[in-house]
Amino acid sequence: MKPLSGFRSYCLYLTISVRSAIQTKEGTGVMPSSLSVQMTTQISNVKSPRQSSSFLFTSTMDVCASSSPTLREFGCEQNLLSRPDGSSSFVQGDTSVLAGVYGPAEVKVSKEIYDRATLEVVMQPKVGLPGVRERAREQCVRETCEASLLSTLHPRSSLTLVLQVVHDDGSLLSCFLNSACMALMDAGLPMSCLFAGVTCAIDTDGQVITDPNAAQEKESRALMTFAIDSTERRVMMSSTRGSFTVHELQQCIAVSQKASDKIFQFYRDSVRRRYSKTL
Amino acid sequence: MGDRPMTTGASKISFGTDYGCCFVDLGKTRIMAQVSCELITPKENRPNEGLIFFNIELSPMASPAFEMGRQSELLVKLNRQLERCLRNSKCIDTESLCVVSGEKVWQIRVDVHLLNHDGNLMDAASIAAIAGLCHFRRPDVGIQGEEVTVYSTEERDPIPLSIYHMPICVSFSFFQQGTYLLVDPCEREERVMDGLLMIAMNKHREICSIQSSGGIMLLKDQVLRCSKIASVKVSEITELINKALENDKKARKTGGKFGFAESLPQERITALKTDVSHVEMSDVKEKANEIVQRAEVPPQTVPCPVLTAPGTGQVGEGLENSWGLEEEEEEEDETVELKMELEEGHEEKGKGDVVVISDSDSEEEDVVILNQVTTKEKASSSNQQGAVASKQQQKKKKKKKRGQ
Repeated sequence: MKPLSGFRSYCLYLTISVRSAIQTKEGTGVMPSSLSVQMTTQISNVKSPRQSSSFLFTSTMDVCASSSPTLREFGCEQNLLSRPDGSSSFVQGDTSVLAGVYGPAEVKVSKEIYDRATLEVVMQPKVGLPGVRERAREQCVRETCEASLLSTLHPRSSLTLVLQVVHDDGSLLSCFLNSACMALMDAGLPMSCLFAGVTCAIDTDGQVITDPNAAQEKESRALMTFAIDSTERRVMMSSTRGSFTVHELQQCIAVSQKASDKIFQFYRDSVRRRYSKTL
Repeated sequence: MGDRPMTTGASKISFGTDYGCCFVDLGKTRIMAQVSCELITPKENRPNEGLIFFNIELSPMASPAFEMGRQSELLVKLNRQLERCLRNSKCIDTESLCVVSGEKVWQIRVDVHLLNHDGNLMDAASIAAIAGLCHFRRPDVGIQGEEVTVYSTEERDPIPLSIYHMPICVSFSFFQQGTYLLVDPCEREERVMDGLLMIAMNKHREICSIQSSGGIMLLKDQVLRCSKIASVKVSEITELINKALENDKKARKTGGKFGFAESLPQERITALKTDVSHVEMSDVKEKANEIVQRAEVPPQTVPCPVLTAPGTGQVGEGLENSWGLEEEEEEEDETVELKMELEEGHEEKGKGDVVVISDSDSEEEDVVILNQVTTKEKASSSNQQGAVASKQQQKKKKKKKRGQ
């Protein structure tokens, strides 16, 4: 999977940058006709592989304005369960997840670590017993949480994070990550950074869709979930399925970073609302 | 006898997006039930009847005392009680679940997840289960002669289960040998109670199941009194379930939004909701291009990597075994032949670099020290091959000597 080399990539780059420059300067989605004709002839002369040609056509500025990636509406409620130390329910469109955190609490001697807290993530599917898929997702969430929690502040303790699927309509792993972060915040556990989960799908036309629902996920060529940290917007965890080029991967990462801005703003607003005196 | 007022903590019933998903809040106890179905072969002694399977899960979220995968007594007790309440009372028509007699019947599976434990799990579980069963719709099935077609939800509307009556459990806790009675105990009251009486009843005032645990002795009029209280409570709860079902049906019909997402309370400061938002993609492509062009060229990969560090050996498929262990004669012959071929192919830097030490203390016949400094990978591999070959040749010689 090497990037397009030489003249072709230059051509591609040139056309894209010019188009985007035009877009940002003019601020409209309409290109001057003469210029567009020129552009299209240039494109047709370049024999580029399928995905890059569709990349040019479908993600050009004038098409982009109408089909830019969107995040579904999301909502969160914190502290909704009385027993866990921290709990949250995160909703993305129709996908909803419940998270509960216990900790720092006593840990079994077999599981204790002498200088840090032991984090355990438990994931419950709605129907049936947990299987390999749940274990894989647990691992993804656990690694992200361990990277951001200051577990050395609570040695020989246990932190338990329990995630329950309430409804799955796509982007489940990113919903897990978001609800986990809010539950950890609600429990008051010390963290070095917050994290947000964003899912991107690349559909058969090569377009990038953020926060896909179940139908879009099924028809996608590739599905990627990234956990982005709040301090420097870097990727903490990535989980992908399907085939994609290096370009597409970097594109999706960049889009996820942009999308995570919205999610972090949402975290801020939730906490501000919670600790404000008025609604 | 002291009674608590009938209306204990706010009871709330709501439904999720897909059919058969139900949430129940009884005070602070929260439970979620999900009903699903699948086609299986029926039991041999009852070929006409469908099956119902109950599964209560005590999620570790509900209480710090619950652990994953631990079959506690409480779990077994709850499962058994739920089965008795709903299966033995025959509230669901199992014969209507039959598709092809003796071959295919529906198995209805009810998964009840406990989310928050604040007492009185049995009541909440029974309400959630029966509400979920009332809400559930199974796929429509068409039979044409020998062929059976199961239609998806898009093709044909799913049909509800046929439910005769709705049994609901009500729990009573006794204190001080029956002096005090509390309806719907919370978790702390459960911990200190003397005994528990559970009555499962439907709105027609028929008792479906009654169970007394804890070892208290109850008088007849106490039990009768409890059953009267239970009948009042059950009719209230049945009203509540029916109202919730109506509301959900209305919302689905008019195309309004429904599901857990909608039931998120908006007037609380702990809850917040945003609308659909766009993601800015304007300079994404440039950024991606920059990163890709700036990326380093990936390191050159070699099909068969060879280790050259001192004190290391290599073992593996297609690689020469250089641990210096004894091998059988048969293998020796083969490997020697192989090496002969390989050595012809590679450049040989000479076997003179190999030093042989005979150590009488070691278990192996001889110890071979591999050459440390090599420039070419091929050369090193040939060296090692050479080393092994030379060692094996020596072994052969030694064995021949022994033979003689």
